[in-house]
Amino acid sequence: MDANNLKRMSMQVDVDDFLPASEQEKEYMVKMRPSTTAFKDGVRRLRKNKIAMISFFVIVIVTLSALFVPMFWPYKYETMLGMTPGKPMDASYKNLKPFEYSTTELKKIEEGGKVFPHIFGTDANGRDYFIRVVYGTRISLAVGFFASIIVLVIGLTIGAISGYAGGRVDMIIMRIVDIIYSLPDMLMIILLAASLKTTLEKALEGTVFAKIGTNIISLFIIFALLYWVSMARLVRGQILSLREQEYVLAARTAGAKGGWVIRKHLLPNCISVIVISTALQIPSAIFTESYLSFLGLGVNAPMPSLGSLASDALNGINSYPYRLVIPAIVISLIVLSLNLFGDGLRDAFDPKING
Amino acid sequence: MNPKTLKYILKRIVLAVFTVWIVITVTFFVMHAVPGGPFIGEKAVTPAVQKAMEAKYGLDKPLFEQYTTYLKDVLHFNFGPSLKQRGRQVVDIIGDGLKTSAKLGVIAAFLALIFGVVLGSIAALRRNTVADRIIMVLTTAFVSMPSFIMGSLLLVLFAVKLGILPANGTTSRGLILPVVTLMLSPMSHITRLTRSSMLDVLGQDYIRTAKAKGVSRMKIIFGHALKNALIPVITYFGPMLAYIVTGSLVVEQIFAVPGIGRAFVSSITNRDYTMIMGTTIILASFIVIMNLVSDILYKVVDPRINLE
Repeated sequence: MDANNLKRMSMQVDVDDFLPASEQEKEYMVKMRPSTTAFKDGVRRLRKNKIAMISFFVIVIVTLSALFVPMFWPYKYETMLGMTPGKPMDASYKNLKPFEYSTTELKKIEEGGKVFPHIFGTDANGRDYFIRVVYGTRISLAVGFFASIIVLVIGLTIGAISGYAGGRVDMIIMRIVDIIYSLPDMLMIILLAASLKTTLEKALEGTVFAKIGTNIISLFIIFALLYWVSMARLVRGQILSLREQEYVLAARTAGAKGGWVIRKHLLPNCISVIVISTALQIPSAIFTESYLSFLGLGVNAPMPSLGSLASDALNGINSYPYRLVIPAIVISLIVLSLNLFGDGLRDAFDPKING
Repeated sequence: MNPKTLKYILKRIVLAVFTVWIVITVTFFVMHAVPGGPFIGEKAVTPAVQKAMEAKYGLDKPLFEQYTTYLKDVLHFNFGPSLKQRGRQVVDIIGDGLKTSAKLGVIAAFLALIFGVVLGSIAALRRNTVADRIIMVLTTAFVSMPSFIMGSLLLVLFAVKLGILPANGTTSRGLILPVVTLMLSPMSHITRLTRSSMLDVLGQDYIRTAKAKGVSRMKIIFGHALKNALIPVITYFGPMLAYIVTGSLVVEQIFAVPGIGRAFVSSITNRDYTMIMGTTIILASFIVIMNLVSDILYKVVDPRINLE
């Protein structure tokens, strides 16, 4: 036994313990480390996750180039380069290998002119393939993004109502969810896309949607009709567990109405789970779009998407395999990095995993 | 079997029947929304011929009566004649393709299961080794690649560049590439599923008890761990078959396999509506039934699972 303990045992009080702490001591005791919020904490964890950060940068780079490259690129995705009005078709523009030039362009270079190279060559119609891939990426990303927004809005609303209302409303909604959940989504999309083409075409004529094509609209319709169910289930589960919390009771005692409680108390608390599953919805939509494009139910020509580029490339696969490989790599890269980033988000922000 | 399990099974069966009914109804009404009925794209016909055709196929009757007739026909597997293949019934076309498609799907599912479980167990038992890393990287890559791209790349590599396998899926040797294409993604899912549930099981107390008793490593893995680790894999059974069914649509197209998938895709391209309806209903019902089976199996196999 050391001297200190001996003193305590003898019930003698050490007067030094009761002296007011100096400023220095206070600082040392209190400011162990700067205070942090749950969000900051999550960001810190996310930044430590190397794989998630690399994926994040890949997504940012791909998105930015899909948005901005078409603005300054000298070629357009729909321009067939050999075509000049009033002149015969210049066939030398067709099927150029990467960094090859057509005879016209070669002549221009010989004369001292400058020609922008075709980085990925051109396709069978003489269109610059690089810009088509960039544009296809833009379309695929846009489809993924909007599809998950649709899913988010519908799933969130219905899930929140179902979870908060409970009782009969909840039961009816959940039975509907059960049924929709067991419908085979892909077959339903094919059915709609294949059969509603003519009907939708008429309805959409003259609007912005006409350019995107009826197939993509059918895809959105199906996402709106079918894919919200898992989001609704998720939100409902969250709300069910959260609404039993004391602070909800406190808010209601203070006179808060249902909508207020949902918006101000329940949703902010399950926001992380919602954001994560929305992020994971994007690759699944991109997957669906590319699959449909392959079946010939994708975007309208000449608009490219990654899926339609890959499926077009199948025709000339023996001579130009890179035309398939390039969009294939881009799709896989996008889907892979979105999935990995989503996983990283979940690890960083999901409170249940952090314990 | 306790009454709670029985009640659950009954509930699931009712739900499945209901789902199939909805699929049929949606199909009927969607097809009905097609302008001009399912006969669009036929040669221009005089109003008299049009009327006679409508009378023959019952299209002049009230909508509800058409619907009930249609329901009755579907229940008798009568999907009517194909619109584009003259003189052939839809059900015969599907029946012709069934043998090849079933062979393709069953082999792919079986191989995916075997390789998935083996690779997943290896990854879990050799956690954080080079083998584990390689397996995880490869499976991640396979999961994020659409099946048609995987198929095309395999086609280029093995059939075109190396020339060691036929590109055409009509012979049984030609089925190798389509099977591999179809199985890679489900295999990767199963691998990851097995790995995580195996890791979970290996950390349980009863495994430590077995180790402490001096049970051999092999016996622990096969007798104790694997049995329980495989339960979550059952839940993937339904989604896997759904994946294989939809995946086979494109894979059969790429490798020219004469199955249901290829018939379905070509019916989409040439707008053969009765064929689209028939195939959608058959494939959708198949997926629903398989999901039902996998759900029930899951609950029956593991008594710990709460039924509510």
